[in-house]
Amino acid sequence: MTDYVSTTPGLFPLPDWAKEDLSDLKGHQKGDLIGGDEDGEIAAAYEEARGEVIDRQREAGIDRIAEGQLRWDDMLAHPLAVHDAVETRGIVRYYDNNNFYREPVVSGDLDFSGDVASELEAASDRVEEGLQAVLPGPYSLADLATDEHYGDEAEFLAAIADFLAGEAEAFPDHETLFLLEPSLVESPPEDGEDERASEAIDEVASATDSEVVVQPYWGALEEKVYAHLLDADVDAVGFDFVSDREDNVYNLQEYGAPGSISLGLADGQNTLVEEPETIRERVEWIDDQLPVSAFETVYLTTNTETFYLPYAKFEAKLEALGEAAELAEVKAA
Amino acid sequence: MTNENRDQFRPEDHPNDHFLLTTVVGSYPKPKWLNRAKELYEDDDHEFDDEDWNEATDDAARLITAEHERAGLDVVVDGEMRRTEMVEFFAHRIEGYEFNGPVKVWGHNYFDKPSVVSEVEYDESWLVDEYEFTAGAATRPVKVPITGPYTLANWSFNEAYSDEEALAYDLADLVNEEIEKLVEAGARYVQIDEPALATTPDDHAIVGECLERIVDGLPEDVRVGLHVCYGDYSRIYPEILEFPVQEFDLELANGDYEQLDVFKDPEFTKDLALGVTDAHVAEVESVEEIEANIRKGLEVVPPEQLVISPDCGVKLLPREVAYEKMANMVEAARNVEEDLDAGEIDLGERATPADD
Repeated sequence: MTDYVSTTPGLFPLPDWAKEDLSDLKGHQKGDLIGGDEDGEIAAAYEEARGEVIDRQREAGIDRIAEGQLRWDDMLAHPLAVHDAVETRGIVRYYDNNNFYREPVVSGDLDFSGDVASELEAASDRVEEGLQAVLPGPYSLADLATDEHYGDEAEFLAAIADFLAGEAEAFPDHETLFLLEPSLVESPPEDGEDERASEAIDEVASATDSEVVVQPYWGALEEKVYAHLLDADVDAVGFDFVSDREDNVYNLQEYGAPGSISLGLADGQNTLVEEPETIRERVEWIDDQLPVSAFETVYLTTNTETFYLPYAKFEAKLEALGEAAELAEVKAA
Repeated sequence: MTNENRDQFRPEDHPNDHFLLTTVVGSYPKPKWLNRAKELYEDDDHEFDDEDWNEATDDAARLITAEHERAGLDVVVDGEMRRTEMVEFFAHRIEGYEFNGPVKVWGHNYFDKPSVVSEVEYDESWLVDEYEFTAGAATRPVKVPITGPYTLANWSFNEAYSDEEALAYDLADLVNEEIEKLVEAGARYVQIDEPALATTPDDHAIVGECLERIVDGLPEDVRVGLHVCYGDYSRIYPEILEFPVQEFDLELANGDYEQLDVFKDPEFTKDLALGVTDAHVAEVESVEEIEANIRKGLEVVPPEQLVISPDCGVKLLPREVAYEKMANMVEAARNVEEDLDAGEIDLGERATPADD
């Protein structure tokens, strides 16, 4: 029987009080963004905000609790932006959004950092079961960064994969790991590169015993990229059904999927809040398109990160997802 | 050759034969006391009320309009003293919008990105009061900058329309209604700001259709400009020449005129409002430097099609820097006019037959 699990890809908006407090404490300029060595009032504000978003997910009935990645000022580039061997330069556009991050320039060996692990450690004190880790996928992280050290694209991707695998190994016990891979859609790998991207994902996935979900978004993967991705040893692949139904269904019909899938069904970038029934209907619609669909787990999630939303709308999306998974569960039973 | 539409703004006492219209994009640093007044106004425990706030913004509008005149600009604005962020200000005045709280742009910089929750409708006028007040306070002609419908659509959450394009067209009809009211009130120079076009240049046809709606039924002597900044212009040129506007206001000083050649082929058939000072660098460019920038504009259009302006709104600069930039810009424009009068500038292929 299929297990319907409500979750998110993490990277939440800060609660409004934390937006205000942290901008007063940290400032508004490039040099004021997170460096990874914060303490005192700043660390305390993040700790309180983390507790709040964890409680909020629990209240909404979310099955996989994310830490929230509230410190990730540079969004998916965060794990590099706080790394000692990385220099952050100008502010650059974050994909096709009106959002910006500091360009991380890798200028030395990407050895172990532990920044993300310590966040998850802090969250694990508050979450008894269903803890979910979130990392950028290796392909996306390499795509968001500039290399001035390794000097070769393949070598750079491999180094990023090593680095992320090292971080994942240091994680405390967790149920799932979401690897966010928007770049697989936004700047798809070319021939040869697609295979390396899949190997890199495989390496990171192998570093943890948890269920690993690879979540591409902002469209569907190109056929070849999808086919290669299925070679990676991951438990689930994600599909952004908010931005593209047709091509995602095509990929599923033509190439199948791993034992579990993740469905991006609520829009992480629009304030219009979906009804739980609407989300459930979308699950059924997708189910109807597939010849065989005995998935072990179906994750129900927003298609993208949710930091784009005002905090109250983010909370409403959590409620909708939590309820939708329960409805789907009832229907399935 | 003359350019009636532009030259209606030529001051009677203009000192030179040639005329390079000088103006600004719109926003200007707010006086520190106005920001303090706003804090008091937003503090519920304080007795600073609506009336006090209106008085403060009136004072600030008078002050900055006068500051623009003192810098010698031919066409002035009030520095947008009454406006907040360029989308928020309008969204508060349009039926159909709602606000749900701040969202992140980068780091700890947020804006109240509004949501369109029902069909947008025109309620009360957005800018007529602002225009009438500024026109009353100014001795020079006043320009009205308006955030364009494409940017209003693109920088909002869309809960109500099938797509952004449909929303943009409805908003364009509202902008048209507002401009009609402004024209009735005496406005003759309107600038549509579309910064969102720079990030999604493939949508230039949507912006073009919006402009068709915006100018529908306007008298011919009303000057409509389009401001676009911080993008790859080669992706929208020459297509934008088809837009029904008289002037394009472009940011070029910031990129050190690297993109200038884009506009040389095919021929630039509209008026060029050339950015000649960088709006995001706090060093004041010298008069000589700005003169050299103005001459770059003459590589693209003849003098009668040239307008002189900063790259973008200057609200993020320190106020004294903003003022110095305006003043140097005007001085540089007058110097170039003198050189043109004296025949000291080689207009190359651009020389009109009358000069032969």
